[in-house]
Amino acid sequence: MTEDLHDVRLIVNGVHRELRVPARRLLSDALRHDLGLTGTHVGCEHGVCGACTVLVDGAPVRACLLFAVTLDGHEVTTVEGLTRDDGSLGPVQQAFAECHGLQCGFCTPGFLTTITAGIRANPDPTHEEAREIVAGNLCRCTGYQNIVAAVERAAEIAREDVPGDVPAPASPPQDGQLGVEDRTEDQATTGLGG
Amino acid sequence: MGQKVQRVEDQRFLRGQGRYTDDVLVTASGAGVLHAAVLRSPHAHARILDIDVEAVLDAEGVHAVWTYEDLQGPMAEPLPLLIPHPALTHGRTQFALARDEVNYVGEAIAFVVAEDRYLAEDAVALIRVSYETLPAVVGVEAARRAEHLVHDDVPGNVAAHLDQRVGDAPAAIAAAAHRLELDLSIERSACMPMEGRATVARWDPDTDRLQLWTSTQTSTGVRAAVAVKMGLDLGQVDVITPDVGGGFGVKINHPWPEEVLVPMAARVLGQPVKFTEDRREHFISSAHERGQEQHIEVGFDDEGRVVGLDVRFWHDNGAYTPYGLIVPIITSTQLLGPYKPGSYRVRFDSVYTNTVIVTPYRGAGRPQGCFAMERTMDAIADYLGKDRTEVRAVNFIQPEEFPYDHQLVFQDGRPLVYDSGDYPASLEKLKRLVGWDEFPAFQQEMAAQGREVGIGLACYVEGTGVGPYEGAHVHIETSGKVKVAIGLTTQGQGHATVFAQLVADELGVRMEDVEVVSGDTRRMAYSVGTFASRAAVMSGSAVHLAARRAKEKALKVAADALEVDESDLQIVDGVVSVKGAPSSAIDLGTVSVLSNPLRYAFDEASQAATQFSVGDPGKPPVAEDDEPGLEGRDFYSPDRATFASGMHAAIVETDPRTAEITILKYAVVHDCGTIINPMIVEGQIHGGVAQGIGGALYEKMAYDESGQLLNASFMDFLMPYVTEIPDGIDVDHLETPSPLNPLGIKGAGEAGVIPTAAAIASAIEDAERHSRPSMSIAAMPISPSELYTLRQEHTA
Repeated sequence: MTEDLHDVRLIVNGVHRELRVPARRLLSDALRHDLGLTGTHVGCEHGVCGACTVLVDGAPVRACLLFAVTLDGHEVTTVEGLTRDDGSLGPVQQAFAECHGLQCGFCTPGFLTTITAGIRANPDPTHEEAREIVAGNLCRCTGYQNIVAAVERAAEIAREDVPGDVPAPASPPQDGQLGVEDRTEDQATTGLGG
Repeated sequence: MGQKVQRVEDQRFLRGQGRYTDDVLVTASGAGVLHAAVLRSPHAHARILDIDVEAVLDAEGVHAVWTYEDLQGPMAEPLPLLIPHPALTHGRTQFALARDEVNYVGEAIAFVVAEDRYLAEDAVALIRVSYETLPAVVGVEAARRAEHLVHDDVPGNVAAHLDQRVGDAPAAIAAAAHRLELDLSIERSACMPMEGRATVARWDPDTDRLQLWTSTQTSTGVRAAVAVKMGLDLGQVDVITPDVGGGFGVKINHPWPEEVLVPMAARVLGQPVKFTEDRREHFISSAHERGQEQHIEVGFDDEGRVVGLDVRFWHDNGAYTPYGLIVPIITSTQLLGPYKPGSYRVRFDSVYTNTVIVTPYRGAGRPQGCFAMERTMDAIADYLGKDRTEVRAVNFIQPEEFPYDHQLVFQDGRPLVYDSGDYPASLEKLKRLVGWDEFPAFQQEMAAQGREVGIGLACYVEGTGVGPYEGAHVHIETSGKVKVAIGLTTQGQGHATVFAQLVADELGVRMEDVEVVSGDTRRMAYSVGTFASRAAVMSGSAVHLAARRAKEKALKVAADALEVDESDLQIVDGVVSVKGAPSSAIDLGTVSVLSNPLRYAFDEASQAATQFSVGDPGKPPVAEDDEPGLEGRDFYSPDRATFASGMHAAIVETDPRTAEITILKYAVVHDCGTIINPMIVEGQIHGGVAQGIGGALYEKMAYDESGQLLNASFMDFLMPYVTEIPDGIDVDHLETPSPLNPLGIKGAGEAGVIPTAAAIASAIEDAERHSRPSMSIAAMPISPSELYTLRQEHTA
């Protein structure tokens, strides 16, 4: 028995892309293996680690928990889409380089997308809020100290930016769409509780 | 050297252009890459009666399926026992695919290759296996009871027994003024890199060669192992380790079953094959570590000076012993830390259980040894009513006593001799950093508010940079760019940056002109691997030596060209010039042109080389003792390991009602000899401390009595998020250079994780001391509910 294939049209990093995938194809696999955007990494395949976080219509979602077919007509931003138009590093990327916010780099794309959305929603986070922004992503290398510093630095760089210079789609997520808002909220507040 | 240089590798990682193993051959998609999935044992201990793969053969998209019966020649033999040891009398390793028995949940049984991973997993689900289940041995206690055996031919479940002794510890303890006994227990945890294992292979029938990408900590090790298993010459196998998403030890074990099955399948099927482990597979089929039970007897004098230390411990090595006895040997020797007991005896049993194999995890047996020693120091201080830092101080090896010979044999089979250190200075720094002397006042102040806070510390010494060797190759191209190759692999330590720093310093070139490649056997075929905090010491020294060789040659060629003496030359920013006469200068790129006389001109630079090749008609264009090209290659092989050291202190608060444990402050004093890049060293320490906190408070492998791992997901295995790590880790450095290598470097990779559990245990005990003086922390990790239960036991 051969699997049924479905046509999906999406805008990925500002470019129209068309896919023909089985219904069960995960968004993470479609991005990586069908579109060749290997910057999005898969760390757990059950929505806990956040490495695969991408922005769907501007809101952070776990690409390993979504089927690609459900994204028809939506806009997706991956780590590859976070650089500026001239090809230089975007604010969050630049902050990570300055603050030594990464070591092996595997979890990094998920942090970059999460923080991009986080500082767009809260352009001037307090230190505590900066920690909150990354509280739903796992990193095994850095011990998080420099990642938190990078959140604060990224916000600073973004605030200094000329409006319109910030990459990635600016359209706010629509209510209830894909249930993405609820999911990310849950993830962001799931700590270990001591 | 010593500069906080930003990392050069970050550019590609931050743009999503890193190349990890699962990314390989993706952009050539449609290139016919096949995907593998593995059928794994659902039972911890069972005999395999029958495997029926019939249904798989007709499944959509399936290309092939293998079980043990299909393996031939060396592939059908057990995987190698990498590090044999005379004491490992009953070493056992698994087969690439289980033969007739499985010994842990997750052991590989069948290997399916299909069009994509989804179809491969569908096919795995169609395989029918009949098992006769056997009683599972889970945990050290069950292994020691030996009512059931993991391997029929291993009596008592004991893989190895090893004794080492210096002096007569039992007699010294019997004669000591004071004696104490402790029983301690440390749970299993695991490395848990964010990227699991992954392997891709492509067989090239035109050149009869295998190309293998694998997420490993030793590409040369995998290369040799794969060549043996596949019956290939070493020269037919190229292993490339691309970007690695974290290792922490687990990827030093090799070859994993998939590392030999993937290339086998690629060769048979004539198409590239890829295997990428998922997270559940990583939990149940990659390695764990840490699990030990310890019994300690100690005798000491009125000052707390240890006159005799007698340690007996049991190390859970899981179902097989591919990595030998490295972990328990390290525990037994590094346990001594910065101290010099009057006499020491250590005995351990390494025991089999029906659980995932145990191989080194960052720290590699040291956190357990440190826990044993530091809990003992705290117990002595408590018994004598002394300050915990004072008891440690009277036991320290003093700065003038180096090199200090413990008269024990270390993990590399060489004498355990500490090269250098200054432990009293470290302790003074730590006390200041954490505010040790001011703490009692703070504690009283908090107590007045009904809050329980405690302070604790722990000290460690870490043998780093074990041999046998590492090498480096430095090539100055005609463009003036410098290409460096090291043999060992990299997984986030910033090797491309720190080694470029070393080359830039030694050679006199700009950092941006230096490019470092690691873990590619085509570029450097001789290497050992990335483990034991050895990369900076071993490859760093080799890079330094290779750069020096390239420099010597550059100066020689330039001296000829400029008709001056070599000693009058300097190299600054890639330009060789005469000291004091900067107009008399020549670019390194031109020197490279001069070093290689050519017959054919293919660009501007080579035109110059063809002219120079005429040279002196009375001499050969390349001198007898010379070779063409501007290159330097060298190896570094030390007499023995270097010994880094450090001390951690923690201040914790325990909730009087809920027993919630909060770390209020964490301080680290660290001595890794000469520091190449402080930013990277601090990053290593932060990461190590975070893993240490995981091991102290959260992480354990929850096996049930039948050998099922109940928490094999990130949802259930509690790896710290930012919310579990203190906001701020205070770090201070001491630099006591190693006399053993040219740069004075000691390793830094594992340091952060070693004393963390011991320091936190010490602090929790201190916080509880006033309300429950008899309570001691003897097991790690400790959760709030475990602390709560412990309190109940000590108030009842």
